[in-house]
Amino acid sequence: MMFARGLKRKCTEDEEAAPSYSRQRQSLLDMSLVKLQLCHALAEPSLCRSVLIANTVRQIQEEMTQDGAWRGAAPQTTGRAPLDRLVSTDLLCRSVRDGAGDGPAAPAPRGLQSSIWEGDGPLEDKGSFQKSLDQILETLESNTPLSVDELFSDVDSSYCSLDAVLTGVVGGAQSGQDGLEALAAMAAPAPSTSCKSDLGELDHVVGILVET
Amino acid sequence: MIPRLGALTQDTLWCFSQVKGTIEIGATEADIISTVEFNHTGELLATGDKGGRVVIFQREQESKNQVHRRGEYNVYSTFQSHEPEFDYLKSLEIEEKINKIRWLPQQNAAYFLLSTNDKTVKLWKVSERDKRPEGYNLKDEEGRLRDPATITTLRVPVLRPMDLMVEATPRRVFANAHTYHINSISVNSDYETYMSADDLRINLWNFEITNQSFNIVDIKPANMEELTEVITAAEFHPHHCNTFVYSSSKGTIRLCDMRASALCDRHTKFFEEPEDPSNRSFFSEIISSISDVKFSHSGRYIMTRDYLTVKVWDLNMENRPIETYQVHDYLRSKLCSLYENDCIFDKFECVWNGSDSVIMTGSYNNFFRMFDRNTKRDVTLEASRENSKPRAILKPRKVCVGGKRRKDEISVDSLDFSKKILHTAWHPSENIIAVAATNNLYIFQDKVN
Repeated sequence: MMFARGLKRKCTEDEEAAPSYSRQRQSLLDMSLVKLQLCHALAEPSLCRSVLIANTVRQIQEEMTQDGAWRGAAPQTTGRAPLDRLVSTDLLCRSVRDGAGDGPAAPAPRGLQSSIWEGDGPLEDKGSFQKSLDQILETLESNTPLSVDELFSDVDSSYCSLDAVLTGVVGGAQSGQDGLEALAAMAAPAPSTSCKSDLGELDHVVGILVET
Repeated sequence: MIPRLGALTQDTLWCFSQVKGTIEIGATEADIISTVEFNHTGELLATGDKGGRVVIFQREQESKNQVHRRGEYNVYSTFQSHEPEFDYLKSLEIEEKINKIRWLPQQNAAYFLLSTNDKTVKLWKVSERDKRPEGYNLKDEEGRLRDPATITTLRVPVLRPMDLMVEATPRRVFANAHTYHINSISVNSDYETYMSADDLRINLWNFEITNQSFNIVDIKPANMEELTEVITAAEFHPHHCNTFVYSSSKGTIRLCDMRASALCDRHTKFFEEPEDPSNRSFFSEIISSISDVKFSHSGRYIMTRDYLTVKVWDLNMENRPIETYQVHDYLRSKLCSLYENDCIFDKFECVWNGSDSVIMTGSYNNFFRMFDRNTKRDVTLEASRENSKPRAILKPRKVCVGGKRRKDEISVDSLDFSKKILHTAWHPSENIIAVAATNNLYIFQDKVN
């Protein structure tokens, strides 16, 4: 039931060429970003899962940057709703650099002009290959307002920051950093969000002493 | 267990013994079993579920009349261990799901166990009461207070037998020490301390002290944006009370010695297998994440479970495992789909048998796998209601990878990924296993001749 979609797709798509490696890599990236946002459920999301997904996103980003495929804005592909492009395929499961066996669209050294990106040049930003995940998320958010907002219309936009995910701040809440819940029993909760060093200290204290 | 002469080439035959739990129609999500654990003698079997309940089964005494029926497990005690809570600061629920149960070795007539949810560990005392005092002076038989003016004689209350009552009482609550979700608890061999591990920290507790714990591992980066690795499991060495291991989401295991320093941020040993470059994909890291780590009973080896394999490591060799077993390698080509439906994040556990000669772990479609470390043979069995006739021998199952599917085989695409066996347990000295299949608990025993 889970794989039928992916398996059949390969056989029946005639008009559209078999999904290229780049397209599927983009699809995986979109899927991952959606997953990071979707994990703001009722209960606290699994940190392990979030970290693994975030690491996957970083890997994809790094490879795309090396390929010259990463751009600040890619209107063509990200204009479509990400969920439409969730491709169940085994192509991405193969080794990253084995050419994926699909000819001209296979990853190649710089100069790759994939039809997907149909863009201006291979490298848009020679000075900053390592874009932050924030920018990836911003890209997704700004270029697919329809899809993301539609899905998460009731979700505060601060959810869309990977940093926010990792630091456990939810929905722009003022406080929610480590240690605060333990302190709540002892004293009034600390007010600000940006005092990271203060919170680091509190962390250290809380780590040793625990209030019943 | 010393094999009979000539039995070395014979595989153990496993038979259905019992199944506990409701049949699908009445099942709710709260009934999903989330942990299974035998106590140190195997007399008791505890389960925890998503609803925060603990159910303890006790093995009945074997009777001479029914030799063919080795002691069955019947419900001994049921209690609500954890309740759902709400974290008002973060506006998030704290699930009552029992993540782990660990028994303490028995030191008197009562049984003690630790149970934990994401945030709080509790020590429970399970004791029997089969007598009750009667003949109080100040209370009448119904328990109502008597008017002291009416008392003219004194008597000594006596203990009279009553129906056996098993009561569970929370003796300690170890709270407010974990910012992140607790994934493991482990009782130390000194029987005085235990550890609890969450995603980023491990704390050491004394059983008697609930308002203080010592932080012994902390991998939280100063800047959370730099976080790339979390703790996934931890366990104390079975004999050396200063030694413990913890595993990570990057597929590494660290062995730490508490004598070295108060904060064991620097490991004593570091176990990691070099990556196979030919198998590298975007999912390599995710599938290398270790979901469970267990010391062998001997203390010489550790076993780790990642998404597709089980590995046995010799404590004396850090650069690679000594044994690797493929659990369900046919899933390797399906990783993208499994990532999409989140199955790739499923955390399977693994267990040793009493003699450390066989290891067991779960898979999908209610399949579970056993690997004999000596004969190098493995078997796939299924926990299902269809194979649930008393003492019915379980038939080995086989997954067909490609090509022609034989009659009894099941194809990869027909596997039911909602039926996953994450939690199993093996009796400490006998061939009795408990397998949790969603909301059902299956007990299997080896065939008695």
